[in-house]
Amino acid sequence: MVSVILATASRYLLPLMLIFSFFLLLRGHNEPGGGFVGGLVAAAAYALYFIANGIAEAQKALRTEPIRLIAAGLLTALGSALPALLAGKPFMTGLWWNTNLPVIGKVGTPLLFDTGVFLLVLGIALKIIFALAEEDRP
Amino acid sequence: MLELILTGLCASAAGPLLYQRFKSRFGWIAVTFPLYLFIRFLGRYREIADGGIIRESTSWIPELGINLSFVLDGLSLTFVLIITLIGMAVFLYAGAYMKEYAHAGRFYLYIGLFMTAMLGLVLADNMIALFLFWELTSVTSYLLIGFNHHREGARKAALQALLVTGGGGLALMAGMILLARITGSLEISALYDLRSQIIAAPAYPAVALLFLLGALTKSAQFPFHFWLPNAMEAPTPVSAYLHSATMVKAGIYLIARFNHILGGTALWQDTILAAGAITMVAAALLSWKQSDLKKLLAYSTLCVLGTLTLLLGIGSRLAIKAFFIYLVAHSLYKGTLFLVAGTLDHETGTRDVARLGGLKRLMPVSAVTAALASFSMMGIIPLVGFIGKETVYSAILEVETWGPWLLAAAVAANALVVMVTLLVGFRPFWGGRQETLKNPHEAPLKMLIGPALLAVLGLLIGLFPDFFIGSLLDRSALSILTEELGLRIKLWHGFNLVLVLSLVTLLLGLGLYRIRTGRAGAALSWRMADALKPSVWYEAGLNGMLRLAGWQTRLLQNGSLRRYLLFILVTAVGTAGFALLRAQGVAMRLPEFTITFYEAVLAAIIIIASVMVITSSSRLKAVVAIGVVGFCMGIIFILYSAPDLALTTFAIETLTVILFVLVLYRLPRFVDFSPPSRRLRDALVAAAVGLFMTAMVLTVTAGELVSELKSYFAANSLPGGKGRNIVNVILVDFRAIDTLGEISVLAVAAIGVFALLKLRPDKGEQ
Repeated sequence: MVSVILATASRYLLPLMLIFSFFLLLRGHNEPGGGFVGGLVAAAAYALYFIANGIAEAQKALRTEPIRLIAAGLLTALGSALPALLAGKPFMTGLWWNTNLPVIGKVGTPLLFDTGVFLLVLGIALKIIFALAEEDRP
Repeated sequence: MLELILTGLCASAAGPLLYQRFKSRFGWIAVTFPLYLFIRFLGRYREIADGGIIRESTSWIPELGINLSFVLDGLSLTFVLIITLIGMAVFLYAGAYMKEYAHAGRFYLYIGLFMTAMLGLVLADNMIALFLFWELTSVTSYLLIGFNHHREGARKAALQALLVTGGGGLALMAGMILLARITGSLEISALYDLRSQIIAAPAYPAVALLFLLGALTKSAQFPFHFWLPNAMEAPTPVSAYLHSATMVKAGIYLIARFNHILGGTALWQDTILAAGAITMVAAALLSWKQSDLKKLLAYSTLCVLGTLTLLLGIGSRLAIKAFFIYLVAHSLYKGTLFLVAGTLDHETGTRDVARLGGLKRLMPVSAVTAALASFSMMGIIPLVGFIGKETVYSAILEVETWGPWLLAAAVAANALVVMVTLLVGFRPFWGGRQETLKNPHEAPLKMLIGPALLAVLGLLIGLFPDFFIGSLLDRSALSILTEELGLRIKLWHGFNLVLVLSLVTLLLGLGLYRIRTGRAGAALSWRMADALKPSVWYEAGLNGMLRLAGWQTRLLQNGSLRRYLLFILVTAVGTAGFALLRAQGVAMRLPEFTITFYEAVLAAIIIIASVMVITSSSRLKAVVAIGVVGFCMGIIFILYSAPDLALTTFAIETLTVILFVLVLYRLPRFVDFSPPSRRLRDALVAAAVGLFMTAMVLTVTAGELVSELKSYFAANSLPGGKGRNIVNVILVDFRAIDTLGEISVLAVAAIGVFALLKLRPDKGEQ
């Protein structure tokens, strides 16, 4: 009972929603958004894709295991705390590079930390959704 | 000394890797580790003997007064030399003995860690550091007792030893914290001058008892003695090392180390004296019924530990001298005999004394080694055990009250020890030949050197006591009593009462041995009432705790989600609601407001959706209705200009509905199981929660909310966190470490969910 319309639409919606989730992540520091909600939106994007195309397709589209995303997220978040230590400042002090990149804006360890949160939230949501969905198959 | 401890840790970690590489030759490599430490510490011998005390300190957590400070004085040097010396014998011995074990590499890791921890324990000059090493010895002891973890007995004995010594460890920590509160210092050497202040403090009895609880459990004193014989489940090198020569003496070391900080009071001395005396007698009596080589040795170890504790309890100068000599003597002969017992087990396949005999021709070196150690254990001139026993007797003779009783008890206990010695050290070699399962022959060289070395050392120290341990004795006594002993060690004290007592002990022991091995021995057995056995109390306590845990788990966590919710909500409303009712000076006030059209519509939708959730007979419909409630909440957040919250709520609601649908798909058809009474109860709980939340919100909004946080974050978000979104700056910068903790919890929760979904006992592991 795969809906052709939904399946086709999801193909275009997935990248769009992912771009939107990155947008949320990047603007989070100044406008509503952030890593947490970005991760949730990205997870919703894959959830939609899964509903439209089935679990196997969704897993293929993700290209990696959700558990890897969880691990990568945790490591990124933890890693963002280390530059401060190397610079001789207290653990987790935010460090900023004085760059003003277009689109991304200022780059600093808090952004890296937020990226970690993003990856982790995406990984957790997908881990649970995929686990539940896999159970459905006989 | 810190670098030696660190070296020890590294060497232990390297043990398994090197073992993989060298296998059968590893014993010779492993022995260099204790040998190196022995030589390093022996190098300091002159300095200590001349009255020096070496202190080193590395600050660790200076804010809390926790330092890695070490002290090398007479007492610690004595222990260090014993630990490394026996360590050499054991490491070499294990090279051959452990060959048949599957994970011998692991064994070297554990025992190396243990040795390091034990060194740290006796060297530590900071109470927290001491506690740390103390616990590490308990943990490594647990791992080593349970080394044959495929056997249930080994696992049980390991857990028992850990629970008893670990419980004592907790008491010790509490005592240390109390002591630090009295004095304000965790450094042991800083406490020496504060004795009068400590003893006068109201908390002193608690401190003393907690310290003694730690010490008596560790050294297996009555009524905590039962774990030691059970610990014989460990491989024999472990029994020789941990459970006779070193770890069980940690408690005694603790008493000695703190003797002139906490000691001298009736409470301290009498408790130690009583515990020691009871342990000495009870252990000797219990050894009668044993026939296993290692159990016999374990009970005689208990007896000696009791005697050592008793001597500390007497606390006179002569008693301290006896304590010191007996300590050295026992470590040497008991280590030897345990190793020989292991050799017998290894070569014959049995440890039952009734089935061993006549091995002297087949195992001549072991026989002579065992004989030497046995002479020392029985207290026969000219071995160090003789001097030990002589001084013990003369120390007890000095005691005024209870003196004769103690003396009688000591003679009786020692006579039983003589009997044990004859059973363990002589009968297997010199008795009538018995056939055994395996065909015994002399043990490999690695298993002979260590015990022989220790036995010969026992003889040499007996012959030249003053040369070997004379100056250490004085220095050790200084650490225990703070006064010079002024006593010299001599082998021969002349013909006197003490010598007569020694002879009586020997003859009595010989007589007991005759009875024990004769026909009458079997008849002379008794059964103790269960209520008298501390091990039965331990079992009862453990089972009771398990039952309690089972009962409360079944009550609170029976697997029904409704039950969980019920407990959580009732508890929250009950406690917080009670506080709300009791709180004075807060009033609920309906704030002045105007209801906009949007708000009224949203409220109406929420109410309709809620009613639908309750009344719907379709789960899907209910889930969608809950989603509607959630989205309405999100819109309300937008109305009150909290876009961040709204955004997150929308995303969460979306995913929740998806997850719900995935779960629902797997659930059986919806059936209404709840009887009306239960529905009524649920309705009441729900109403109570609703009322409580309303009351709470009204109370909170009634007062002025004064918070500096809000203005602080608003002011510092952009300059400090370089972001205009305050919420996000708090999450990723100001409170980033909280977020880090939260995401770690999330990751663990995800793994938990996955495990719950995938690992089902009824399906088998996937």
